[in-house]
Amino acid sequence: MEDTSSHSERAELEEEPEFVDILEERRSSTDLGFALRTFSPQPYREASPCSSSDLSRAVMESQFLRYVVKEIATETGVTVKEVREDARTILEEMSQNLQLGFIRLMAYTLSKVFKRLFSNIFVNIEGLNMLQQAVQENPVILMPNHRSYMDFLAISYILFSYDIPVPVIAAGIPLLGMKIVGEILRRSGAFFIRRSIGSDKLYWAVLSEYIKTIVRKGFAPVEFYVEGLRSRTLKSLVPRLGMMHMVLEPFFKGEVFDITLVPISISYDRVLEESLLAHELLGIPKPKESTTGLLKASKVLQEDYGSMHVTFGRPLSVRRLCHNKINRCQYNLIPRDLPQKPSADIQACVSWLAHLMVRFQEGGSVISPWSLMASLLLQTPVTVLLGEGLLWHRLTEKTLWLRKLALEFGGRLKWPARARHSDVMSSAAERHRSVVRCQAGRVHLVQEDEPARKHAASREDGVSRTAAAVLMLASYRNQCMHVFVRPAILAAAIRTSRATRREELFNYFFFLQDIFSNEFIFVPGKSSQDFNEACYLLKKCGAVHITQQEVNVSDRGQEVLDFLQALLQPFINSYQVVFRYLCEDDHQVFSERQFLPSVRKLATKLILSGELDTFETLSSDMQKNVLSALRRLEIVRKTMGSEQSEYRVNKGAVRRIQDTLSGKIPPRKLQTPPDAKL
Amino acid sequence: MLDFSTAAPAYNLIAFIGKAVLALLLLVLCINSADFVFLKCRFHYLKLIETLWLHCLPISSGLTSSPAYELIFATICVHNRQEIMKWNGWGYSDSRFFFNKKGQAEFTGKRYRLSGLLIPGLKDWFESTFGANLQHKTPAILNSSAVLPPTLNDAFVEELKSTGIPISFEAEDRVFRGHGHCLHEIFALREGKVGRVPDMVVWPSCHNDVVKIVELACKHNVCLIPYGGGTSVSSALECPPEESRSIVSLDTSQMNQILWIDEKNLTARVEAGIVGQDLERLLNESGYCTGHEPDSMEFSSLGGWVATRASGMKKNIYGNIEDLVVHVKMVTPRGVIEKSCQGPRMSTGPDVHHFIMGSEGTLGVVTEVTMKIRPMPEYQKYGSVVFPNFEQGVACLREVAKQRCAPASIRLMDNEQFKFGHALKPQVSSIFTSFLDGLKKFYITKFKGFDPNHLCVATLLFEGNREKVLQHEKQVYDIAAKFGGLAAGEDNGQRGYMLTFVIAYLRDLGMDYYVIGESFETSVPWDRVLDICRNVKARIVQECKDKGVQFPPLSTCRVTQTYDAGACVYFYFAFNYRGLGDPVHVYEQVEHAAREEILANGGSLSHHHGVGKLRKQWMRDTVSDVGMGMIKSVKDYVDPNNIFGNRNLL
Repeated sequence: MEDTSSHSERAELEEEPEFVDILEERRSSTDLGFALRTFSPQPYREASPCSSSDLSRAVMESQFLRYVVKEIATETGVTVKEVREDARTILEEMSQNLQLGFIRLMAYTLSKVFKRLFSNIFVNIEGLNMLQQAVQENPVILMPNHRSYMDFLAISYILFSYDIPVPVIAAGIPLLGMKIVGEILRRSGAFFIRRSIGSDKLYWAVLSEYIKTIVRKGFAPVEFYVEGLRSRTLKSLVPRLGMMHMVLEPFFKGEVFDITLVPISISYDRVLEESLLAHELLGIPKPKESTTGLLKASKVLQEDYGSMHVTFGRPLSVRRLCHNKINRCQYNLIPRDLPQKPSADIQACVSWLAHLMVRFQEGGSVISPWSLMASLLLQTPVTVLLGEGLLWHRLTEKTLWLRKLALEFGGRLKWPARARHSDVMSSAAERHRSVVRCQAGRVHLVQEDEPARKHAASREDGVSRTAAAVLMLASYRNQCMHVFVRPAILAAAIRTSRATRREELFNYFFFLQDIFSNEFIFVPGKSSQDFNEACYLLKKCGAVHITQQEVNVSDRGQEVLDFLQALLQPFINSYQVVFRYLCEDDHQVFSERQFLPSVRKLATKLILSGELDTFETLSSDMQKNVLSALRRLEIVRKTMGSEQSEYRVNKGAVRRIQDTLSGKIPPRKLQTPPDAKL
Repeated sequence: MLDFSTAAPAYNLIAFIGKAVLALLLLVLCINSADFVFLKCRFHYLKLIETLWLHCLPISSGLTSSPAYELIFATICVHNRQEIMKWNGWGYSDSRFFFNKKGQAEFTGKRYRLSGLLIPGLKDWFESTFGANLQHKTPAILNSSAVLPPTLNDAFVEELKSTGIPISFEAEDRVFRGHGHCLHEIFALREGKVGRVPDMVVWPSCHNDVVKIVELACKHNVCLIPYGGGTSVSSALECPPEESRSIVSLDTSQMNQILWIDEKNLTARVEAGIVGQDLERLLNESGYCTGHEPDSMEFSSLGGWVATRASGMKKNIYGNIEDLVVHVKMVTPRGVIEKSCQGPRMSTGPDVHHFIMGSEGTLGVVTEVTMKIRPMPEYQKYGSVVFPNFEQGVACLREVAKQRCAPASIRLMDNEQFKFGHALKPQVSSIFTSFLDGLKKFYITKFKGFDPNHLCVATLLFEGNREKVLQHEKQVYDIAAKFGGLAAGEDNGQRGYMLTFVIAYLRDLGMDYYVIGESFETSVPWDRVLDICRNVKARIVQECKDKGVQFPPLSTCRVTQTYDAGACVYFYFAFNYRGLGDPVHVYEQVEHAAREEILANGGSLSHHHGVGKLRKQWMRDTVSDVGMGMIKSVKDYVDPNNIFGNRNLL
């Protein structure tokens, strides 16, 4: 089966000439020669070489840092010299020290590792060619999505192979904690950022000046994760704006002519960390990043992870994107080095750009057959999957139906053209045998082996083990969520509101988008475009008839709507559980610490009582998203309690949302016009 | 070489020496720059050579300096200036560039240092920079018959005739005064297209004549447009097409006398129509100068300087026009405005001079000005400094400004302009000079390791008594050295300033071969100088590309003035428009975008060109609503019937 799969993927390669397997050459020639090849990339034409000490000096001498240091010294009563010393320490901890020698070392090691792990690494050549051009024109920001630790290694590796300047990369500081490895990463271009910076003014100042200086000097592309961290759910995360603002500011302030943003989508057939992620979501802490941990994890090298797709998106000019959106004259009257809070239009623009980039990442990501299968498996009751199992041919049939739908919705589906459909699917299932097992024409969900325990496993443990498997499935479903989410929200709006008038539907659509905008990526202020897109897609697949005023479901549309509604159902159910928790609780106030365990407890109880069949409710990611959404809507407010932060709930408002979500009351009239300036 | 060996025996020796020197040079060329750095570290005496070298550099130009414009006769105060000046291009009719039969550029006439010389490098530069081709010519169409007959206000004409002030209705006179020197204006003229032009021209010869004309204009409601030197580059002289009244061009050229010179207070009373070069020449005869030298000073008038807030090249010593003016008299529809005394400074509310300066002909006609004068400088010296890159050059200028030791003039050209200046080098007559040039180039690029594609040049002009000039010179060169600058000789500096006077002629040459271009300026705080230069140049390139220009444009800049808080930056841009349907429109779009870029980068709307009609769309943002209201209310009070109806500024 393995053979057929790799064969069929090669077949696909011929079909799609834009993708090239970079491992193919590595398998046929020497890795050492590859690592030692002449590397002569064409850098940004205005850049001059800049060593890491030049960079540090520029940062330390910057007027901006001087202002901030002085400010902090006055505020805290510490001498300027001491604050500068602190700044220097921060900078030393942070600094990258990109050296070609270490890039070569990485190139050699990674060649070995990648060949072991992946059958192919597909890269779109067209994107690379555009990138090669772009790096010469303007400072370039590489913006990959973040799904695995493999991500940034892979990108540097690819750029090295294609003679494109390797980037400096924003990495989390835990990586630095790893002995030797941290230092190797630093010399391969990683710079390290603390996880919780909070209100550490000096740290912010050093970090932002450091990043801005790199962008201004343009000696190497900057790579960072706009999502902020690795997505535990494989779903795009709501972008973080801090770093985005830092990289864009040199353009806003006219310090560079333009900045080029390159969205990069990395898709894995199977993610190395899949089971770790699921456990983390269930509240089992992730192991600390350490070198010994890394060596222990070497057993992952034995497994088959299929192929990896890296899509380099079209380079985007910030100048063109921001044309007429911001007024650059706003910096004319205050020295540009002075620390200033960004204005509303700049903030809106940064947020818009960040969301846009995530959308581009989604658009570029490749969907695997397994992702479709996972979506369908999740719509089968868990009891069935654990019990008699789902009929294989039923799954095949549904998957092929969904394949058609996904293609119609414009998903970039990777489906080997020349292989038999059943082979494609069975090889996918085989690769994911840690989650599903095919036996006697039926598909079963695999639960982890029960760990040997001193006392008998409780029912709660059973729930948790099932949930781990469900969450793994859910994360693969999430890989294709972006293709379906807009029509799915429309489907939910049609079914829940039972309205047919466009206006009413849009109202409900907007309500759902608003509630779920921490869950899925919607570009702010583009609701009506999203709505129109959803209408268009449903019309395209024949699910609805659309007139000027009305949207009506066609007869054969019910199947599509069933699927889409079911796709969104786990989210709606989970949100309802959290809402219920917030309303049930006797107190108006709950503490940050007790929130997650209490919700988990309630959800487990509901699952055991059969009231709830959505195991995803147990995901801490989902729970946190609900809280963030409510905070954004100002229904939950954070207050500083005696010992820790507490939340105050407006229960009336929560109940209103609960009722709207279940269709008991119509959504309130829109408070803000859905299409603001951006 | 061949010439030498076949010539008389006396030349054989020279030939031998020549060969020996060349061989030595070849040997030296074989040593790469790294070796030189090595040598330099080891042998201190090389430092000595370097010092000696720099002192020998100015060898070719001699010690006495003369102004870069050299005029044989300066009589453009005649009524029919079009007889000696071009009507559809820049400057004197006898001075122009052209490519001779061999394809070498020549500059005609006898007026300029460059006149009558061959410029061998220009053709290559021209062709390689613009992708232009000497085969593709676009000659001007010489056809001025397209002028519409004048709309006259008969009562006004009758009464004016009775005063005896000279007038004209001739088409040639009217067309000549209906435009400035914006690209679109000249382009249209070359194509034989003439829009709305003044209906008649009147030549007052003194203040009282102007008073009479303005009174009659008010009485009969005709539109007056003052005309000085005609060098506007802001569409200020364009007749508003919507103007239905008769338009009278008030040519001040006959008001060109120096009325008196006050040697006790060092001031001079001058009629506003006097042209810059005449003013300097006449004052020079008495041993004085104003020191006000805008690039257009050959043609622009004192009244025009006041009306546009002009700036002179040597403002570091003499000041800009607002520093030079002590007293102004202006005739407005409300009457004459002037101060009652000539005190050097007054605290008497807002300075009414500042309503006049920069009014761009919207309020009245400046008739007489009292200006500061200075004794002529004893000694003048040009100079130049080469920097490894533009960043270093700007840093040096900033330091010079910080130490407040700027010479009379200091200008920094970017690399493209340096190359352009190089291409304008006239053919050298002696082998010695060309040998020296070669050695200089070698020294800078190989020994000092300057990248020819990055290096840039600052040109300097020092003025004062000899001792102080030399001292000043040393101070500036010492600062330059801190920023990697190398003294590069006097003639490089002088050629830089000469370029200023001939560059406008070059535009006409370009227009013969499908190349159009323009310059524009701004002022900007120091910390923004580098950013604005980079961004505006890049924006021009990008816009040209977006608008379908087939060849990469010339997009270059120079820093021309330094101030305590900032600098004046000048941009030049030109492109080959072959293949474009409407080149002027494309050009205007690009210029518009470039101005937006300037404003977005903290630059001003204009440093000294003025607003005119070309830039008035940005006035409100520039001075705020209230500021606009202030200007407007002054206009409404002074000229309620819009007699001065050129519609500039507002």
